[in-house]
Amino acid sequence: MLNRFSRAALVLGLFAVAPPVLAGGEDVVVEDAWSRASIGTGRPGVAYMTLRNTGAEPVVVTGLRTDLAMMPMIHSTTTDAQGVTRMSHMEAVEIAAGEAVALAPGGLHVMLMDLQRPMVEGESYTLSVIFADGTEATVDVPILGIAARGPAN
Amino acid sequence: MTRLQKGLWAAVAVAALGAGAQAVMESRAPEVATSAASLVVAEFELTGHDGVVRTEEDFWGKWTLVFFGFTNCPDICPTTLAEIAQVMDDLGPQADAVQPLFISVDSDRDRPMDLAEYVPLFHPSILGLTGTPDQIEAAAASFKIFYERVPEEDAPDGYMMGHTSQVFLFDPDGGFVRLYGYGTPAPEITSDLSARIDARN
Ligand SMILES: [Cu+2]
Repeated sequence: MLNRFSRAALVLGLFAVAPPVLAGGEDVVVEDAWSRASIGTGRPGVAYMTLRNTGAEPVVVTGLRTDLAMMPMIHSTTTDAQGVTRMSHMEAVEIAAGEAVALAPGGLHVMLMDLQRPMVEGESYTLSVIFADGTEATVDVPILGIAARGPAN
Repeated sequence: MTRLQKGLWAAVAVAALGAGAQAVMESRAPEVATSAASLVVAEFELTGHDGVVRTEEDFWGKWTLVFFGFTNCPDICPTTLAEIAQVMDDLGPQADAVQPLFISVDSDRDRPMDLAEYVPLFHPSILGLTGTPDQIEAAAASFKIFYERVPEEDAPDGYMMGHTSQVFLFDPDGGFVRLYGYGTPAPEITSDLSARIDARN
């Protein structure tokens, strides 16, 4: 857990000094994507995955697109020293060359707001990750049970 | 006191408590014995997801695992609910001695019927509790937990909730025992709880 937070912090830190040359979606591999089922469409859904940058340049995720949700965005969950947890919207997430960023429970996650249809266990949907250079990486996200704790193997 | 001041005061108490609980987790000492721990009491009148009004006295005789959240929370609340569900499964017959309680901090959106279509999906033993803003504020003050509305333009209804994410354990006499920090793996909670149940029998 700490590792995940420190990694997210590192990602932010790197973003501040990012070189102007950025690679795009063709270098990014999306691994272990999964979602939890929803009850209807009234509450936000969630998606998790690992984004691995196999290229020699950093990449920056600037957006998401899916026909499942009108407003998909990356959120960061943080827990302070008092044990109080909050979510905040991440405008951009940088992935250093050769590094991976994990979106996992209790840390970074894809928040799927304004669901267009219920997320049904056993089904899947397409999610595109959009990078700063306009390229995209598209992944099929399987929907697991509402109480799923991690990706299906 | 304003709501904000109350929240801050509660956060300070939990900070002290958190430090105590952390020490206990690291040293594996059997009991929390900090002065802050004595500040935490379970005192509430809330409505269950079955529509029945409950107070803390209804759960005396069982170990209770109490945690806080809201159903519009897609990341950490389902994660904790799923961990607790796993604990209840892994406890086997000892699970009969344990009652998990999920208390909503979002009274505007979480009515009993909203909890009824959500909480039992994780585990039939988990009881969702909600109430009026005043009832939830009173419960939060007794548990010394912190919660707040964070305005967020893009979020449903224009806000998200921040809230204390630890799990509280109370013994069958209603006495506070310890906190499990967010992200404590289910097997760790199960073995700790199982040992406590055994020790008492
Ligand atoms: Cu979120």
